[in-house]
Amino acid sequence: MTVLIALALLAVFSGSVYLLGRRRAVALAGGKSAGLHSLPGYHGTWVALWAGVPAALIILLFAVFGSRVEDAALRTQVPAAVAQLSAERQVTFWSDAGAAARGQARSEIAYEGELKTAFDAKVAEGRRIGVIGLVSVLALSGVLALCGFLLAFPRLSKDFRARNRVEGWTSLLLIACSTLAVLTTLGIVMSLAWESFRFFQSVPPTDFLFGTAWDPQIAMRSDQVAAEGAFGAAPLFAGTFLIMLIGMAVAAPVGLFSAIYLSEYAGPTMRAIIKPLLEILAGVPTVVYGFFAALTVGPTFRAFFNWIGGFLVGGPMDSLGQYLETVQNQMALTAGVVMGIMLIPFVSSLSDDIINAVPQTLRDGSYAMGATKSETVKRVILPAALPGVVGALMLAVSRAIGETMIVTMAAGLQAKLTANPLDTVTTVTVQIVTLLTGDQEFDSPKTLAAFGLGLTLFAVTLTLNIIALGIVRKYREQYD
Amino acid sequence: MTEIAAARLKKRHAAEGRFRLYGRMAIIVALSFLVLLLGRIGIQGYSTFTTNTVSLPVYLDPARIDPADLEGSNFDYVVALSLLKRMGETEDEFGSASDDAMALVSRDLGFQILDKVKADATLIGKTVTITGPVKADADLYYKGELKRSTDEADRKLNDRQLDWLDRLKKSGAVTSGFNVAFFTNADSTEPEQAGILGAVIGSAMMLLVTALIAVPMGVMAAVWLEEFAPKNRWTDLIEVNINNLAAVPSIVYGLLGLAVFINWFGAPRGAAVTGGMVLALMALPTVIIATRSALKAVPPSIREAAWGVGASRTQTVFHHVLPQAMPGVMTGAILSLAHALGETAPLLMIGMIAFNPGLPEGFTSSASVLPVQVFIWENASERAFHERTAAAIVVLLVFMIAMNAAAVILRRRFERRW
Repeated sequence: MTVLIALALLAVFSGSVYLLGRRRAVALAGGKSAGLHSLPGYHGTWVALWAGVPAALIILLFAVFGSRVEDAALRTQVPAAVAQLSAERQVTFWSDAGAAARGQARSEIAYEGELKTAFDAKVAEGRRIGVIGLVSVLALSGVLALCGFLLAFPRLSKDFRARNRVEGWTSLLLIACSTLAVLTTLGIVMSLAWESFRFFQSVPPTDFLFGTAWDPQIAMRSDQVAAEGAFGAAPLFAGTFLIMLIGMAVAAPVGLFSAIYLSEYAGPTMRAIIKPLLEILAGVPTVVYGFFAALTVGPTFRAFFNWIGGFLVGGPMDSLGQYLETVQNQMALTAGVVMGIMLIPFVSSLSDDIINAVPQTLRDGSYAMGATKSETVKRVILPAALPGVVGALMLAVSRAIGETMIVTMAAGLQAKLTANPLDTVTTVTVQIVTLLTGDQEFDSPKTLAAFGLGLTLFAVTLTLNIIALGIVRKYREQYD
Repeated sequence: MTEIAAARLKKRHAAEGRFRLYGRMAIIVALSFLVLLLGRIGIQGYSTFTTNTVSLPVYLDPARIDPADLEGSNFDYVVALSLLKRMGETEDEFGSASDDAMALVSRDLGFQILDKVKADATLIGKTVTITGPVKADADLYYKGELKRSTDEADRKLNDRQLDWLDRLKKSGAVTSGFNVAFFTNADSTEPEQAGILGAVIGSAMMLLVTALIAVPMGVMAAVWLEEFAPKNRWTDLIEVNINNLAAVPSIVYGLLGLAVFINWFGAPRGAAVTGGMVLALMALPTVIIATRSALKAVPPSIREAAWGVGASRTQTVFHHVLPQAMPGVMTGAILSLAHALGETAPLLMIGMIAFNPGLPEGFTSSASVLPVQVFIWENASERAFHERTAAAIVVLLVFMIAMNAAAVILRRRFERRW
């Protein structure tokens, strides 16, 4: 709140400084702006930038990092009573003291005796540090704003190149924004790598990648007694792969044939109607597909297989019938088929682009030789577009691997190493969600395992994307 | 033409026909999936938009209401007794009759009486008429989802309760109408009281944060890359990087948000501002890509004309090129925001899955959003929640269709062909 008020005050100050600078520039030119190098507005903006930006940066830094610095300052002196606590309890003590000092909600642990005095002392100290920090930052930003103004304002003159300076600030801002995209990637890689590194300290990478038992039930709290978890992710990779295969088995033929039909056979009216309809399918949120899979497709498939099983029981394929009668709602087939539906528009629109990029002259040449439309498609267009189509399918595979909601809602939680589409399997993304929903402690292998899975997922999808995007881009340009 | 050639031609034409048929079938399959998906959700959600409310005269028995401890009095029981009286039944010694009655009307009626008595203690001993929803199971019965033909042991309501419901309906105490509560309530543990207002407001707040971060930053990044950046290895790297970021699975952004925003920077868990920041990072690449293609579409002659009359590079871009590209930029921004609106997975990672019975208090307090509300309700065991899930999906889709339509209109209305 104080930060917001400070920023508002700063904005008012910058605004008035802008007016001052503008006026000054007009006065310098003797009332005619034609005599100035830059328009008066640029003079005003330049002064306002110097008065406002450094001070605002200080305040924002304080808003983001202030509480961490305060906590660190609070922890420099550890009271004797606290030093005796377990490491776990010490962490709670410090976060409670920090929260109480800032007037936020703290844990419900009651501190008694010596701990209580230590706690109260630390809370008081924390409040003091908080006030000192706030006052010093406000004072510093005030001084910076004033200094910026006092240094910049006298430099205004008739020949002052205010526009170039302001444009310098602008391009600085633009560059900062475009590095944000790079920073995001760095943030993803660093955070995944760092937390995975911590995970691999307790679980060896080979056990993780090739182990066949997945059972991450480590206690949530350290005082609970529980068995060691098993972190062999091979069943998850197998489950992800199985669901991806089923999805692609639905999406690839349907998507590809729709794309071929739309680009080679359909007239303009039909295209104008069907393309937007397919785009609706692409715009439906994945949680909706998940709902559809869990409550419509799953029960339907189950009823269907149970019904077939009912016929087979007692016949020559009795064991198969018995098995079919036990099939559950949550099977790989459900998740895979619904994922395939989700991927149809993705495959069809990408393939459509690529097929359209094949030049008309190739088609005309083929027709001139007497080939039918389907022969042209099969013998000329598809071979020419093949690498691009492969790229499109790879992008779809990457989407299928990273898709979360459908599998979370329709596939199961049991990690099984199976190729049976009627069995329940679990996937990498499902396990990430399961491990990370709810409260988590950042030092238990259970939480960190999710980052190990995330790193694997990121590495695989990134590789697929880089190769596929490269291919798609190359073959879109090939005929230009 | 020889006979062999005619036969071959016939074969080739048959192959042509088959191929065309495959194409048609693919389109039909894709479209029937669409119809199935939307139709199923529409049918399932439709019934939630109407609900049954019951109007009951309730005798506020002074023996059962303690004016000194109003919160401690069992108003649900008072309501149940009045319902029994109306049915001409009496409480049995095990209290099973009142249990059966309590299972038919929402606890909302009890809370209404509590509020009334709190405001005016003289009501105790009198009879007041209150109106509120019936319990979700009773509602399902009225809508025909819960059938009397099912075996009594397999359904939530027994024969006696169904008789009471039939008599209530016949006597006019129960009326069916538009389900206002669904649009004015936040989430609740009772299906009949659960609504989506909290999630709608949460989604709006989160989307506002996303828009405020992703749109200006994405546009500025795109302007630099397209108009100012030198073509060198560094900018190539940024470009490849942005294209790849657009294809990173959304759940990875959730992991990033958890590790960086929540664990390092101490951002509030499950708050609109944290979710908005995560989705902003996710939407950023698509905003950049859309803006770049909109900027590319502005012909170079516009730039050259501006330079010709003495404008600087910056002035050219901000006074001429960007305004011309604005319709395309806004279309792209709205589309990526619509996509962000439907995103669920990263929000589960950053703790937005918490149960929020009230409206969000602010940007930094715990909030629900529509897609996560769908996920939470889908996971609930009660059947009535599944109906609500479908209705929430309908609302979510209406918002998304509105945003997409806005984008299309914007493009049609303002896009210039050069």
